[in-house]
Amino acid sequence: MHFDLTDAYRPRKSAIHRLDPRVKLVVALLYILTTVAMPDGEWEAFGLLQIVALAFAWRSNLGPFYAFRRAFIALPFILAALPIPFLMPGPTVWTMPVVGWGVSAPGLVRFLSILLRTWLAVQAGILLSATTRLPEILWALSVLRVPATLVSIIGFMYRYIFILADEAVRMLRARSARSPKATGPSRPSLLWQGRMAGMMVGSLFLRSLERSERVYEAMLSRGYAGQVRMLQAFHMGRGDWLALLMAGVLLAVPVGLMLIR
Amino acid sequence: MHLSGTPLHIPDGFLSPVVSIIGWAIALAIIVIALRQTRLQLGERQVPLMGVLAAFIFAAQAINFPIAAGTSGHLLGGALAAIVMGPWAATLIMTAVIAMQGLLFQDGGLLAMGWNILNMGVFTAFAGYAGYASLRRLIGEGPRSRLAAAFAGAWLSVMVGAIATAFELALSGTSPLRAALPAMAGVHALIGLGEGIITTGAVGLLEVTRPEVIRAGEEAPGRLGAAFTLGGLSLALVVAVLSPLASASPDGLEFVAERQGFLRSALEPPFKLLPDYTLPLVRNEVLTTILAVLLGTLVVFALAWLMGRGAVRREHARES
Amino acid sequence: MHHTIDVKELHYRYPDGTPALRGVSLYIAPGQKVALVGPNGSGKSTLILHLNGILRGEGEVCVCGKPIRDENVPAIRAQVGLVFQDPDDQLFSHRVFEDVAFGPVHLGMEESEVRRRVGQALAAVGMEGFEDRVPHHLSMGEKRRVAIATVLAMDPEILVLDEPTAGLDPRGRRELISLLQHLPQTMLVATHDMRMVAELFPRTIVIDEGQIVADGPTAELFGNEQLLAAHGLEI
Repeated sequence: MHFDLTDAYRPRKSAIHRLDPRVKLVVALLYILTTVAMPDGEWEAFGLLQIVALAFAWRSNLGPFYAFRRAFIALPFILAALPIPFLMPGPTVWTMPVVGWGVSAPGLVRFLSILLRTWLAVQAGILLSATTRLPEILWALSVLRVPATLVSIIGFMYRYIFILADEAVRMLRARSARSPKATGPSRPSLLWQGRMAGMMVGSLFLRSLERSERVYEAMLSRGYAGQVRMLQAFHMGRGDWLALLMAGVLLAVPVGLMLIR
Repeated sequence: MHLSGTPLHIPDGFLSPVVSIIGWAIALAIIVIALRQTRLQLGERQVPLMGVLAAFIFAAQAINFPIAAGTSGHLLGGALAAIVMGPWAATLIMTAVIAMQGLLFQDGGLLAMGWNILNMGVFTAFAGYAGYASLRRLIGEGPRSRLAAAFAGAWLSVMVGAIATAFELALSGTSPLRAALPAMAGVHALIGLGEGIITTGAVGLLEVTRPEVIRAGEEAPGRLGAAFTLGGLSLALVVAVLSPLASASPDGLEFVAERQGFLRSALEPPFKLLPDYTLPLVRNEVLTTILAVLLGTLVVFALAWLMGRGAVRREHARES
Repeated sequence: MHHTIDVKELHYRYPDGTPALRGVSLYIAPGQKVALVGPNGSGKSTLILHLNGILRGEGEVCVCGKPIRDENVPAIRAQVGLVFQDPDDQLFSHRVFEDVAFGPVHLGMEESEVRRRVGQALAAVGMEGFEDRVPHHLSMGEKRRVAIATVLAMDPEILVLDEPTAGLDPRGRRELISLLQHLPQTMLVATHDMRMVAELFPRTIVIDEGQIVADGPTAELFGNEQLLAAHGLEI
C-alpha cells in the first residue's frame, strides 16, 4: 500500500532536465528575485517574464502551460491582499453595488501586480521541482554553502516521508473504520476527537522515534561516526554555462525595460 | 498537491525583496546556532533523529479531526517538536519540513522561506517551549500540569507565528496591518485551540508510554534562548505598536481610516465568531487588537494555570 | 582465516533494568553457517547488536580474534556485516547506489573503488542495474537483497542476519534462501523460518529468555520434540 504524495518531479528527456542542478536552482532564484523586485504596474515586464516561463516549460518537454495551470495553488493567500484595492487612496474606478465600497486605480494596480508576481514566482518553483530531483536540489544547496548537516536532515526526511505518511494513512483508515458517522447526542465531542487525533500523533511520534533509533544503528553498522559525506555528482559542462548566460540575458530584459521608464 | 493545515506559508510575491533577504539572514544565523546546539545535545544521532522526526511532523500534519461543516483541525507541530526535543532541535526539524513544503509543493515561496522558517519554525518552537516551560514552573510538577502547560505553549506558538506573519506582510506593503493583524490573530486564536488539543493528546500519550522522552525534552538546551526569544518578541511587538509603522510605511500602508466608514465594516465579518474581540474604549484599531490578543493570551494562561493548580492540589490530597 | 565469533558469559540489561541476556556463551568457527532460533523477546536481536559493538554488555565478545573495544569498533563493523529485520531502516538514502556506497564511502575509499564495490555487491545479490532505483518503490524481496548488498559492499568476513525471510512471498523467500546458500561468508541467522533452518543450517542455537538452551546439530534438535515444545518452536 503506497501513499504517493505525488512527488513533483517529472522525468523527461529534455535539455532542461539535463542541466546541472546548480544552474537550475540559481536561475529559478534569479527569476523569482527579478519578478518580486518589479515595481507595480510593469505589465510588459510581467508579460515577458511569463513568456520566459512558458518557454522553459516547453523546453522541458512538460508542455508550455504545465506550470501556468498549477500555479493556482498560491491563490488562496491572495485574500490577504484583498483589502488593498479598497483601502489604497486614489481615484475611484468602480464602486461595489449594495455595500458601496470603492475600488481605487492605484489599489487595483497594486493588487494585480501582487497577484502576477506571485503567479510567476510559483511557476518558477514548479518548474524547478518538476525538472530536478529533490536529492539533486539538496546537493546543489550543499554546494552553495547551505550547511551539510541540515541538507542531510532534509534528505533523510524526504526518504522517510512516504513511509510515515503510509503509517498515518493507515491510522486514519483504522479510525474511520471504527467510527461510523454518528449524529445527535451520541456523537463524540470535539474535545474527545481532538484528543484521539492527538494520541494518533503521539503514537506516530513514538514509531518515528523508534525507527530513527534503528536507522541510526544501521548507519553505525556501516561505519557512520557522525560525519556527513557525499560523493561529488555533477560537473558543470559547456551547456550549463551557456544556459546560465542565456538566463541572465533573458532576465536582464525586463529589468532593462523597467530602468528605461 | 499537498497543502498544509494552517494558512501561514507566505508565497513569493507577498514580501518585498528587502524584507525577504533580511528574513533569510536572520533565519540562517539561527540555523547555524541551532546546528551547533543540537550537535552538543544529540551528538552523532542528530541527523537520523531529526530527519525522521521531520518526516513525522510532515506526516502528522495530515492527521486531522473534524470541527464543523467540512473544516478540520490540524497540527502545525512546532510546539510539540520543541516540547519533546527542545527548541533548537525543533527549529531544525521545522526548517526541514518548511524547506520540503516550499521546494517540492510550492507551499510557501523560496525567497519568502526565510520568514516562513522564522514564523513556523523558530517563533513557534521557542514561543511554544517558553510557554510550556514557564507555565510548568508556575504550576508545579505532575502530569496534569504538564498537559495544561503543553496546551498553553501550543496555543501561544500558533498566535506568535500568526502575528509575526501579519507584521511581515504589513512591512512589505502587501496587507494593511489594520486588516491583517486582526484577521490573522482571530483565525489563529481558533486554530491554536486545535493545536493545543492535539499537542496535549500527543504529550499525554508520551507521558504514559515513554516518560523519559518528555524528561529529555525538558532538559534540552534552549531554556535561556526561549526566554530571550519570547522577551525579544514581546519587545518588538511593543516597539512596532508605538512606532509609525503601525499607521504608515515606506510603500503603501498610508490608508485613510475614514474612507467611507469602510474600515469598521471591513473588520467585522471575520469576527462574528468573537463578538467582543475589540475593546470598546480604545480608539486605535491596531492597538485594540494587540491588547485583545495579549488579554486573550493571559486568559488562556490563567485557565491553564488554574486547571493545573487544581489538578496538583487534588493529587496532593490523594497522596496525603 | 580467523573470522570467528566468540562470546563468553554475556550479560545485558535494558535501560529500565529488565535483564535481556543472562550469561550467553557461544563460539562460531570460520565458514560455519548457524541458525539462531527462539521465541519473540528471547534476546535474539539484542544478542546480534552486541556482535558489532552497538550494544556493550558485561562479559566478553571477541570478533575475528579481537575483543570489542572502542579502538577497534570501526574495523569490526567492516568485518561483521549486520543485516537488520526491516530493510527500510537500512535503505535510508534516496537511491540504491547511495545506500550500497555508504559503507565504502565511510571507509574512506576512492570514488572508482566505491563504484567497483557497488557493482560487485549488487551483482552478488542479483540486483545488477538497480543503482538508480528508489528504495521506496522496490518490492520487499528486492529491498531485502539490496540491504544485504549494502553490507556486502564492505567485504565482511562474517554475516549476521535478523529474520531475512520475514514478510516475503514464496518466490521472494526462495530467491533469498538461494542467495544465502551461495554466499561464502561465515553466517549467523536469527529466524523463525524453521524450514529454511532445516535446508541451510547444519547447526542451530536455541535461545530463550536471554539464555542459550541448546546448541548443536540441527537434525538432533529437530528430533527433540520436548525441547521444541518447551521453547515454542514448530517445524
